[in-house]
Amino acid sequence: MQTITCECGHSNPYGTSLCQACGKPLENDVEVLSSMRYEGSARRSQTYKKTIVDHIWNFFSSVRVGVWLIVIILVAAAIGTIFPQETFIPPNVDPASHYESEYGTLGLIYYLLGFHNLYGSWWFIILLGMLGLSIIIASLDRGIPLYKALKTQRVTRHDQFMKNQRLFSVSKEVEIEEVKYTLESLRYKVREENGNLFAEKGRFSRWGAYVNHVGLIIFLTGGMLRFFPGMYVDDVLWVREGEKASIPGTKSDEGQYYLENNEFILEMYDKEEKKFNSALSSVDGEVAKNYQSNVTLYKTEPNHTIGEEPELIKVKDGEIRVNEPFKFDSFALYQTDFKLNEFNKMSFELEEKSTGKKFGKLTVDLHEPEKKYDLGNGYRVEIEEYFPNFILNEQKQPSTINNLPDNPAFVFSMYSPQTPKGEKAFVGIQKNIEAGENKFKMSFAGIETKDLTALTVRKDHTLWIIALGGIIFMIGVTQGLYWNYRRIWIKQNQEEVWAAAHTNKNWYGLKKDLEFLADKSNLMPLADKEVNSK
Amino acid sequence: MAQISSTLLYSAFMIYLFSTLFFAMSISDKKRSEAAHTKKWGKIGFISACIGFAAQLGYFITRWIASGHAPVSNLFEFTTFFGMMMVLAFIILYAIYRMNGLGVFAMPVALLVIAYASMFPRDISPLIPALQSDWLKIHVTTAALGEGILAISFVSGLIYLIRTVDQSVSTKKTKWLEVILYSLISIVGFIIVSMAFNGAGYEAKYEIMNEKNQAVEVVYEMPAIAGPANGAKLDDAFGPLFSTPSWMNGVDASKKLNTFIWSLLAGAILYGLLRLILRKRIAAALQPKVNMNSDLLDEISYRAVAIGFPIFTLGALVFAMIWAQQAWSRFWGWDPKEVWALITFLFYAAFLHLRLSRGWHGEKSAWLCVLGFWIITFNLIAVNLVLVGLHSYA
Repeated sequence: MQTITCECGHSNPYGTSLCQACGKPLENDVEVLSSMRYEGSARRSQTYKKTIVDHIWNFFSSVRVGVWLIVIILVAAAIGTIFPQETFIPPNVDPASHYESEYGTLGLIYYLLGFHNLYGSWWFIILLGMLGLSIIIASLDRGIPLYKALKTQRVTRHDQFMKNQRLFSVSKEVEIEEVKYTLESLRYKVREENGNLFAEKGRFSRWGAYVNHVGLIIFLTGGMLRFFPGMYVDDVLWVREGEKASIPGTKSDEGQYYLENNEFILEMYDKEEKKFNSALSSVDGEVAKNYQSNVTLYKTEPNHTIGEEPELIKVKDGEIRVNEPFKFDSFALYQTDFKLNEFNKMSFELEEKSTGKKFGKLTVDLHEPEKKYDLGNGYRVEIEEYFPNFILNEQKQPSTINNLPDNPAFVFSMYSPQTPKGEKAFVGIQKNIEAGENKFKMSFAGIETKDLTALTVRKDHTLWIIALGGIIFMIGVTQGLYWNYRRIWIKQNQEEVWAAAHTNKNWYGLKKDLEFLADKSNLMPLADKEVNSK
Repeated sequence: MAQISSTLLYSAFMIYLFSTLFFAMSISDKKRSEAAHTKKWGKIGFISACIGFAAQLGYFITRWIASGHAPVSNLFEFTTFFGMMMVLAFIILYAIYRMNGLGVFAMPVALLVIAYASMFPRDISPLIPALQSDWLKIHVTTAALGEGILAISFVSGLIYLIRTVDQSVSTKKTKWLEVILYSLISIVGFIIVSMAFNGAGYEAKYEIMNEKNQAVEVVYEMPAIAGPANGAKLDDAFGPLFSTPSWMNGVDASKKLNTFIWSLLAGAILYGLLRLILRKRIAAALQPKVNMNSDLLDEISYRAVAIGFPIFTLGALVFAMIWAQQAWSRFWGWDPKEVWALITFLFYAAFLHLRLSRGWHGEKSAWLCVLGFWIITFNLIAVNLVLVGLHSYA
C-alpha cells in the first residue's frame, strides 16, 4: 500500500491522519485534538472498510460495540439473580415444577427462557466470547499503531499541530534552559532539538489499557481450559468416622488415594463466654464455632490391580477445617458438609412372646447387612428384605427412598426348633407388623451411630493461569489509571516561543505542572480552549 | 474496651457533623465571601474531618481488640466501616482538589451511612467458621475502600447535576434529581422511624414456618405494613396491610421490607415538609448554593472512579476470589453477591470506556456516577434483603 510522505520528510503508512513524526495534519479536514487519542495513527479499522473481514474487524474494534457487549452481559448477569439459579435450588426437586410452584407464572417464564441456568447457557458463553474477541481486536487495532506513533514522534512539531492543542500559549523572550530545568525538576523526560523542547512523563501509562486487556484474555482463557479433561476435578466425598474411602478423581498410574476419617468435630460457641454474651443470647439455638475432620491420607501401590483388596500405604495425617483445606499432590480437600449420628448398626434379640425369654442377639450392619444370622441351638434369623430408608410408595408397597439408612426397616424370618418353617415379621422404627400369629418376635436391642463428613475434592490446573491473568490485569489497570501520559512541546518560532501540552487523562494535574512552569519562567500561562469555549 | 470503642464512634459522628457545618460555612455566600473566608472555614472543615476520621479509626482498633477479630463481620460493623472509608476517600480527594463544596455533600452522606449502620444490632458477635479467615479483613476492607472512593464520584456527580440541571422548567431530569435527593432523605426517615419505635418499645409478634417447617416467632419492632409470608399474628397489634411475597427469601426478609416501606413513608413526609417550606424543588433550592466549577466537579468524579475502580476490583473481585477458592473450593460460583460485584465492575468498566468518547463527559457522566452508586447500594442492601445467597449472614 502506498505511503504518505509528510513535508517533514517522514513517510507514514496509508491511513495516517497526523504525521507520526511532526504531527502535521495530512489532510485538510483532520481535527487535531480529537485525533490525538491514538496519535492520528493508521488504524486498520479506520482505513480498510471493504471486505467481510474488514467489516468483522471494524465491528469488534469499536469501543461502542465493546461497551454494548459489556452492558448486555451486565443486564444478563442481573437477570440471573432475580430467582436462584438451578445450582442453588434443592437438589431433589424437579426444576420444571419448582420454579412455577415457588415463584408463580414469572418463575415458569424464567424457567422456560432457560434463565435458571443462565450463566452456563450457550448464549451467555457466546456473549463472553464476543467480548473477548472485541477486547483482542480493539487492542490490536489501537495498541500497535499507537506504539509505533509514540516511538516515532519528534521533538519539533508542526505549527498546526501545536496551535490546535487544547493547552497553548505564545510567549516572547523565554529562557529555554530555564524551562528545560524546571520541566526536569518536575520529573519530565526532556529532549532537545534545534532549540525546541519535548518533555514527556508517564508514557508507560499509555500501555495500561493493553496490559489489562492481555490480563483479561489470559483470565478468560483460563476459565475456558476448565472444560478440557484432566484440568479440573470437582467431586464430593462422604466418609464415615473410622472408615476409609477412595477419593474420587485421584486415580492415576501411581495409584489411588484413600482417605480415612478419624474423627469429625463440631464445636459450638459457649453461650456463657463473656465477650459474645449479648450477641449469643439474642439468637435461638447455638452458633457454630468449628467444623473439622481429622483425617489420614493413604495411597495404594502403583501396580495395584482393580478388584483386589488394595494395600494402603499411609501418606500423612491432616486436619481439615472450613477455610483450611487439606492439600496433597495437585488436590485439595475442603470441609463442605457433615451429618451427625447416622444409623450404623442395629441390634435385635429374638424373644419368645409368651415367656419373654431371649434366644440370642444379632447386630445388623445397616450398610452391609448379612443375609443369615445363626444364634445357635437351632435358632436363626434371616433377612428377607431390607429397606434402608423406608417409605410406602405410591402403590402402597414398602420401598426405599435411597441407600442411606435414615429409616431402616426389615422383613425378618425367624426360625426356631418350635417353628422350623419360620415366622415372618416386618420390623422398622416403632413398627412391628406380623404375618399371622407369631410365637417369636424381634425386640430392639440398641443402635450404634456414626458421624459423617463431606469433603469437596478439587483439582484445578487452571488456577495459575487465572491468577496470572488477574495479576496482569491489576498491573495494567493500575498503570493506566494511576498514571497518565503528559507531554509538553516548546517550539521557537522566529521571535516567539510556542508552548502546547497534552495529556490522556487528568488535565487538572497537567495544568498544575504548567502553572508551576509559568511561575518559574517567562512562559505565558497556557490557555485552556475547552474552558474558554464555554 | 467495647465501651471506649462506642464512645469513640459517637465522638467521630459528632465531629463529622461539625465538619459538615464548617464546610457549609466556607461556601455560604455572605457579602464577605472572599477567598480568605472560604479558605479558613475549608481548612477547619478539613482538619475536623481528619480528627473525626482518627476518632473512628480509634473505634475500629478498640473494637478489634475487644472482639478479637476485624470488626467488619456483620451489617453494623461493615456499614460503619463503609462510612469511614467514604470519609477517607473524601480526605484523599480533598487533598488533591481542595474543593470545599465536596465536603458539604460528602460528609453528610458519610454521616447518613454511619447513622444507618447504627440501627442494626451492635453486639460483638462471634465468627461462624466460614468467616474465620485472614481474608475477611483483607477482602472486606479493600472492597469497602473501593466502594467508598466510588461513592465520592457519586457525591461529585450529584453536585454537578444540582449545579447544571436547568431548574426553570420541570423536566425528566429535574424529577430524577428529586428522586435521588428523596432517597437520601429516606435514610433520614429510616433513622427517625427506627429511633421513634425503639424509644416507644413497640413489638408485634407473628408465627411463621421456617424452611425446616418448624414454627418460629418473628418479632416486629415496627408496626407491620408488610407482614411475614404465611404468618399468623399472635397479638392484636396493628396490621399487616399485606403479606411479603414468598419469593423474598433473605434472612428476616419481611421485617426488612417492612422497615424499608416505613423509611420511604417517613422520607416522603420529610420531603413533603421540605418542599412546603422551600416552595420549590429541593435541587432548585440548593442550586444557588453550589456555584462550584463544573469542569472540576466532572474531573473529580472521573478521577474518583479512576482511583476507586482498581481498588474495588482488587477487593471485591480478586481478593474475593482468592478467599472463595479457600473457603468454598471455587473462586467463582455465581452467588448473587458475587454477580452484583461483577455487575458493579462491568458498569464502571463501561463508564471508563465511555469517557474515551467526547459526548460522555459532563452531565451524562454525572448521571452514570449516580447510577453506579445505586448499583453499589443495591448490592449492599437489597441483595441481602431479597436474594438468597452465601452472603446472607447479615
